[in-house]
Amino acid sequence: MTEIRNYTMNFGPQHPAAHGVLRLVMEMDGEVIERLDPHIGLLHRGTEKLAEDKPFNQSIGYMDRLDYVSMMCNEHGYVRAVEKLLGIEPPERAQYIRVLFDEITRILNHLLWLGTHGLDLGAMTMFLYCFREREDLMDCYEAVSGARMHATYYRPGGVYRDLPNQMPQYEPTKIHGKKDVARMNESRQGSLLDFIWDFTERFPGCVDDYETLLTDNRIWKQRTVGIGVVTPERALQLGFSGVMVRGSGIEWDLRKKQPYAAYDRIDFDIPVGVTGDCYDRYLVRIEEMRQSNRIIRQCVRWLKQNPGPVMAENRKISPPSRGEMKGDMESLIHHFKLFTEGYCVPEGEAYAAVEAPKGEFGCYIISDGANKPYRLKIRAPGFVHLSAIHEMCKGHMLADVVAVIGTQDIVFGEIDR
Amino acid sequence: MATNEVIAARATQLLEDAIVGTKEHRGEITFEIDASRVRKVCESFRDNPSLQCEELIDLCGVDYSTYGQEDPSLPRPSKRFAVVYHLLSISHNHRVRLKAFIDEDAPVIDSVVDVWASANWFEREAFDLFGIVFEGHPDLRRILTDYGFIGHPFRKDFPLIGNVEMRYDPEKGRVVYQPVTIDARTLVPRIIREEGFGDRDS
Repeated sequence: MTEIRNYTMNFGPQHPAAHGVLRLVMEMDGEVIERLDPHIGLLHRGTEKLAEDKPFNQSIGYMDRLDYVSMMCNEHGYVRAVEKLLGIEPPERAQYIRVLFDEITRILNHLLWLGTHGLDLGAMTMFLYCFREREDLMDCYEAVSGARMHATYYRPGGVYRDLPNQMPQYEPTKIHGKKDVARMNESRQGSLLDFIWDFTERFPGCVDDYETLLTDNRIWKQRTVGIGVVTPERALQLGFSGVMVRGSGIEWDLRKKQPYAAYDRIDFDIPVGVTGDCYDRYLVRIEEMRQSNRIIRQCVRWLKQNPGPVMAENRKISPPSRGEMKGDMESLIHHFKLFTEGYCVPEGEAYAAVEAPKGEFGCYIISDGANKPYRLKIRAPGFVHLSAIHEMCKGHMLADVVAVIGTQDIVFGEIDR
Repeated sequence: MATNEVIAARATQLLEDAIVGTKEHRGEITFEIDASRVRKVCESFRDNPSLQCEELIDLCGVDYSTYGQEDPSLPRPSKRFAVVYHLLSISHNHRVRLKAFIDEDAPVIDSVVDVWASANWFEREAFDLFGIVFEGHPDLRRILTDYGFIGHPFRKDFPLIGNVEMRYDPEKGRVVYQPVTIDARTLVPRIIREEGFGDRDS
């Protein structure tokens, strides 16, 4: 009789379906997973340690680079923790701008997730459609902050600047003639808010398109229904948050339960799954995109009607305008102190969390009263979700591992930090 | 949503002997607990129907060795390390922070993996970065640092630039480690200003 042995196989770290640098050591019985041991840390940059060595404001840029597909949500978690320690509240307009960009970020994240998840499971076209819409949202990022991805737009006390009144325009090139360019610039004639409004008119139709490709697709269902089932009890035990916990049927969303920014003044629904498998989580995310669209529309409407300051008028925390600096000695001093030394944060500790697209993103800051955090701990949702991958994959086939990695929506920037 | 006073009252009543101190700051409640009884405290926080913290949101280590160094008047913790637990109750919608201080020469504390499965990787992380040993952890290995890494990088006495760097050695035909060749530099010095400095809070 031949001896039956388990295979040990490596998955990654360089594997397109590993969503970054994930190394999985898999023990397999034929094609069935017996044990999964994720090796992470290949992207460990020590963000928390770096932040301990920098004034508070200089670490905002690091937050973008954690979960690099939901940039502004990470910034939001960090600036909220700093604001909590300082005991300041940003002006209302800044709150709405933050909600607006948090939801734009959520759509950005879910589009990338949908595109790559589709690609992993064999639906090539999804990727192309999703990236088409992502491009418009990236333009919003660029218009408001100057960067397409790593925006560094939020600040403790508000946001860096108000929304621009005009959108950048395409210019004719060898490939795109005048007529093409005029068509491409059609939606960019007004302000950023007009451009976003135009996007929200189109976007529900785009989501309908995605759904015609996937929701009732037989192959899609075969790959996702009943895969990676998590019961509500286990989801809580494993520390899940965000879509992972809602997919299992627990109605938990920080935007509703512990509202921050302007979410308590906005009308939206939370989609919840039933069985807790990959297909349910797919449906939840699709519905979240529609809800985000709804939130964005409400924000745009409010922002058009309510101009006002976007930054707290506290010169020890926010810099003065250039104009003030030219004529006023005190403003010049404020500016100099703020950019050379930063501001000192009262002694204490605070934890602030936001509902990032992937789950609860939290920052725990301990301050000893200095101009730098004494300790910053980043609670990344992906880290917790990935730690459950063995439990979710055990007994499944090798191909389902890819589906589970996809459904967890993991990004290594935040897991390895 | 129960207020912090109510939670504090319930918890102290239940775990009187294990809770060393209670502090409320910025609307958050922190219980300082006796490190030797961390398991029991965590179990009570999870199972007691009036507390019911189903989720362990976060667990992290803290190294207090240089806390408030720039301002000698600040009170400093007597023990070097702390393990901080952030709990969340889904059914009551409240958050609780537990903090257990542990000694420098024996940074050992009981593992809470049996209480919350999510503690598994968090404890591995705290072990990796701070060298805190969690007794009873099923698989306490390094998690974030490189294979064969030496030291615990988030301790305050570990330099920001690290101790070793990696490069490709063409003679040996492989990657080698060597002591770091860069110099540590501080762009903005750490400074603690007295309260109310420059009318910050006005």
